[in-house]
Amino acid sequence: MSGVRIVVCYALQESLRRRVFLVVLVLTAVFLALYGYGASLAFDETSGFTGSGDPVEAEVLTGSTIFGLAMFSILFLGAVLAVFLTLSSVRGDAERGLLQPLVVRPLGRTQLLVGRFAAAATVCAGYVLGVYFLAMLITGLVGGWWPDRVLGPGIALAAAVCVIAALTLLGSVYLSATANGIAVFMVFGAGLAAGLLGQIGEALSSNSLERIASVASWILPFEALYQSGLDGLTADATGFTDIAVQLGPFGGAQGASALLWPWALTYVVAVGLAARWGFMRRDL
Amino acid sequence: MPAALAATGVQKRYGRAQALAGADLRVEEGELFGLLGPNGAGKSTLVKIACGLVAPSGGTVEVLGAPAGSREARRRIGYLAELFRFPGWLSACELLELHQRLAGSVGGRDERSELLDLVGLGEATEVKVETMSKGMQQRLGIAQALVGSPRLLMLDEPTSALDPIGRRIVRDLLLELKARGVAVLLNSHLLSEIELVCDRVAIMLAGRVVSQGAPAELARPRGVEVETGSGTRLFEGAGRDDTPKIVAGLVSEGQEVFGVRVLSSTLEETYLEAVGGG
Repeated sequence: MSGVRIVVCYALQESLRRRVFLVVLVLTAVFLALYGYGASLAFDETSGFTGSGDPVEAEVLTGSTIFGLAMFSILFLGAVLAVFLTLSSVRGDAERGLLQPLVVRPLGRTQLLVGRFAAAATVCAGYVLGVYFLAMLITGLVGGWWPDRVLGPGIALAAAVCVIAALTLLGSVYLSATANGIAVFMVFGAGLAAGLLGQIGEALSSNSLERIASVASWILPFEALYQSGLDGLTADATGFTDIAVQLGPFGGAQGASALLWPWALTYVVAVGLAARWGFMRRDL
Repeated sequence: MPAALAATGVQKRYGRAQALAGADLRVEEGELFGLLGPNGAGKSTLVKIACGLVAPSGGTVEVLGAPAGSREARRRIGYLAELFRFPGWLSACELLELHQRLAGSVGGRDERSELLDLVGLGEATEVKVETMSKGMQQRLGIAQALVGSPRLLMLDEPTSALDPIGRRIVRDLLLELKARGVAVLLNSHLLSEIELVCDRVAIMLAGRVVSQGAPAELARPRGVEVETGSGTRLFEGAGRDDTPKIVAGLVSEGQEVFGVRVLSSTLEETYLEAVGGG
C-alpha cells in the first residue's frame, strides 16, 4: 500500500472516530431541520408576491435567496471542518509527540502532507456536497424551486473548502494549532469581507471597491469559487427577477472567469509546495 | 562492515544555541549502547538526527551505511521518542497494524501478537490507547518501535514512566534483542539500568562525547580493601592486578588475611566525575 493511501486511510479513520465529527453531524442535522422550517415559512409568506411594475417570479426569488444563504452556511460549516481536521497536522502534532513516530517510518514527509490533504479534502468535500444536496432537496420539496445549475455550485463550494484545507495545512507547518486556527479564520473572514466590499462597490458603482474585491478573490480563491457557485443558482434567470436576486450575505453571485478553475488548482498546488518546502526544513 | 550508527563531528545549532558541538559516536551491530549525559547535553538531538527528525548543521551520521534520514536508513530503524503520544482512538493492535503498514512489514497478526507479548501487553490488544496508563503506553511505544524488525533500535528514556516490573520487562527485552543481534542505542538517566545491560556507554556534555567505553573500562580503581586479623585495611589507588602483591606482603608481615575486595567507582561516580557533578 502506498504511503499516501496509508495516511489517507489513517486520517479518514481518525475523522470518523473523533467525537467532533459526530458533533458536526448532529449540528448539521439541526441546521437542516431549521433550514427546512425556515424555507417553508419563507415560501408560504412570499407565495403571493408579484412585485410592482416588472413581474417577479416569487418562487425563484425566495428559493434562490434562501438557498444562497444556505450556501453561505454550508461554506462556513465546511470551512470549520476543514480547519479542525488540518490545523495541527504538522507543528501541532509534532508538539504533542504524535508526528514523530510516523515521520521516522520510511514514509516521506511529502507523502504525509499529501495524504493529510487528500483525507481532509475528501471528508470536507464529501460533507459539503452532502449538505448541499440535502439543502437543495429540502428547498425543492418545500417550495418547488430548483437551482438552474444543480452540480456546478456544489462542486464550487466543495472546491472552496478544499482551498481552505490547503491553506490550513500550510499554516500548520509554521504555526501552533491555536495560532493557525485563528489565522485561517481571519483569512476566511478577510475573503468574505472582500466579497462584501465588492457588493457595496457594485451598489455604489465604486471601481476602487470592486477592484479590491476582485484582487482579494484572486488572492483568496475560495471566495471567488463561492461567488461563482452562487451565480450558478440563477444562471438562467432573466429580467427583473435576475436583478432582484441578491444572493449571499457576504459577496453576491459573480460569474467565474475562465481562469478561475485553473487558477484555483494552481493555487492549491502552490500552497502545497510551500507547505512541503517548510515541512522538509522543519526540525521535529 | 558498516556500524549500526556512525556519527562523526555532528553539529547542531538552534539559532544561537549550540546543541551539538562535534559529537562522535559509533554503535556496532548487535551492541547495546548507553547514552548518558545531563539535561541539555545533546543526547536527544543526536538521536533525532540519527532518525532523520532533525537536520544536522554539520558532520555526518550514517545508519548501517546509509545517510541518516534517508528512506533506506529509516527502513532499518525503530525509534521511541522521549515525549511521544499515540492517537487515543486506536487500540494497541490497530496502532501496531498502522506501523506495520508504514514500515512495510509483512509480519501480520503474528508479529503484532509477538510484540505485544514481548512487552507484557498480550492481554491488552483491544485496549484503546486513551484508556492505557502511561506505563502501558510506554511499553506499547517500545512494541511500536520494534515493528518491522529494525536492525537499530533507538530508545529515548524508555523506562521513565515504568514501575519496577515494567523496567524489568524492558531490561529483559533489551537483552533478548541483543541476543537477536539488534543494535540498541539507549538514552537514559537511569545509570543503574545502563550499567546492568549496556556493552558500552558514552557520556555527553555540552554537545560532545566526553567519555566512552565499556562500563568496566570507565570505572576508576578506588583501591583494595583487605580484612585482616587486626582490622580492615584500605590500599588506596591499588587495582585488581596489585592484589596478589598486597596479600603476599601482609602474609609475610605475619597478618592473617580473611577477605579481599577490589574497589572501583560505580558508573554513577564516573558519570558525576565526567559531568562535573561529583
